[in-house]
Amino acid sequence: MTGAGRAGVAVEVLPVGDEGLLLEVADLDAVLALEGTLRAAVAAGGRASRGVTDVVPGARTVLLLTEAGADLPALRAAVLALSESVRVERGSVGGPGEEAAPTSPEVQIAVRYDGPDLDEVAARTGLSRAEVVTAHTGMPWRVAFGGFAPGFAYLVGGDPRLEVPRRDRPRPSVPAGAVGLAGTFSGVYPRSSPGGWQLLGTTDAVLWDVDRAPPALLGSGTTVRFVDVEATS
Amino acid sequence: MTALEVLATGPLVLVEDAGRPGLAAVGVGRSGAADRTAHRLGARLAGHPEERAALEVLLGGLTVRALGRLTVALTGAPAPATLDGRPVAHATLVDVPDGATLTLGMPATGLRTYLTVRGGIDVPPVLGSRSTDTLSGLGPPAVEVGDVLPVGAACGRFPTVDHAAHPSVRRAGPMLLEVLPGPRAAWVGGWDTGLGGLLEGARVVDGETDRVGLRLSGSAIERDAAWRGVELPSEGMVRGAVQVPPSGEPVLFLADHPVTGGYPVVGVLTASACDRAAQLRPGNAVRLIRAPAAG
Repeated sequence: MTGAGRAGVAVEVLPVGDEGLLLEVADLDAVLALEGTLRAAVAAGGRASRGVTDVVPGARTVLLLTEAGADLPALRAAVLALSESVRVERGSVGGPGEEAAPTSPEVQIAVRYDGPDLDEVAARTGLSRAEVVTAHTGMPWRVAFGGFAPGFAYLVGGDPRLEVPRRDRPRPSVPAGAVGLAGTFSGVYPRSSPGGWQLLGTTDAVLWDVDRAPPALLGSGTTVRFVDVEATS
Repeated sequence: MTALEVLATGPLVLVEDAGRPGLAAVGVGRSGAADRTAHRLGARLAGHPEERAALEVLLGGLTVRALGRLTVALTGAPAPATLDGRPVAHATLVDVPDGATLTLGMPATGLRTYLTVRGGIDVPPVLGSRSTDTLSGLGPPAVEVGDVLPVGAACGRFPTVDHAAHPSVRRAGPMLLEVLPGPRAAWVGGWDTGLGGLLEGARVVDGETDRVGLRLSGSAIERDAAWRGVELPSEGMVRGAVQVPPSGEPVLFLADHPVTGGYPVVGVLTASACDRAAQLRPGNAVRLIRAPAAG
């Protein structure tokens, strides 16, 4: 369902201290379009790149990080001018039931569904523990964007019944290989870190290896299938 | 070749430079020195570029021997230091003869002292930086007893300034940290109404503090009724971000913060406040105040 692009994307510019701007747009398609345009502008050294040190995509936002003392009002004006030429391709990100492009790589991740939040996810979704596992493994997920930590990938396109909020209080330490849910996303913690996702289980898959090329197991566009080790053993 | 031989370490000694910006989209944060002002001052005293790496010493306890003649400076938390038993000054260039031993004691205030060696600590870079990112595990391992850390070639002219003035006594009372509006200020009632109580009263640094961030205990920040139960789609995070999870206990992000996160950022510390926050110890009191620029 890739449709004709429309020109221009509505951007709300939000403050984020003295070394950045947060650009909010309607959805993930608009994020990816705006991110692409901004990266091209940074590479070309245009006005919308002055002082920019990093471009960070999120689910509905693009964060621009700048060096100290950057002229944020000028950057804001340049970004708004640039946003009028951004073309958004509909359906560039996999939604439920959408077929992945035939060339996109597929990775299977074996999971022990023994996570501490399995009961909480079951309660919040109205499913049984077994149904949560079946829902998580039943549909392929797809990498929307990276972030959070090296090798972490935000996965979309899974079973819509699994939408749950983050935990009220983040855990100071989540183990490496923890498989979790937050909002409409699923993800795997590449290494031990603080985290607020609802944890379903753990995997031994190595998500990030700086000596591997590329270091991230789940690159942009990768299709991910979770497999229940209990069901296969 | 000149080098530093490590004879003793305290709780934690890391190699840190100006960090590795530009890789957030693959989940790699900038990291780098937690107190950038102190790291930069060390580089300026040493007369080398700010990208060169120094040692970030948590709560003193470091003893090193010079292999070759070195020029060093100590900045950040004022750890009492001795060179072969004789006291050396803080924020001052110190000539260290070959074989001499430099020892750092525990600073009376602050957390992180920077030992800058002219030429920089020259361990192999990872993805363009010599910084240890404690969240991602990237960069050199923590410095251990027995390590011999190579020192880079000095470049640039020999520094003409050999001492920087620094406040030796901090003002009494809570440390003041200047805040600017964050992208999700509305979630706690907005900037004009004081960010749900964030800008009122003193808060105390909780025991769970590290290079990733610190928790500030005190009265809970109330989420605005319109935003209760709302989930924030994950978005990019910045150093200095004041994040408010539903529990209402604010978390302040430091150098090794996650590159994205899903709790609303209601305020962001100024860059200089962020550097001072990196020197806070568990139990220290702070007050968050509006940055002058924010009106």
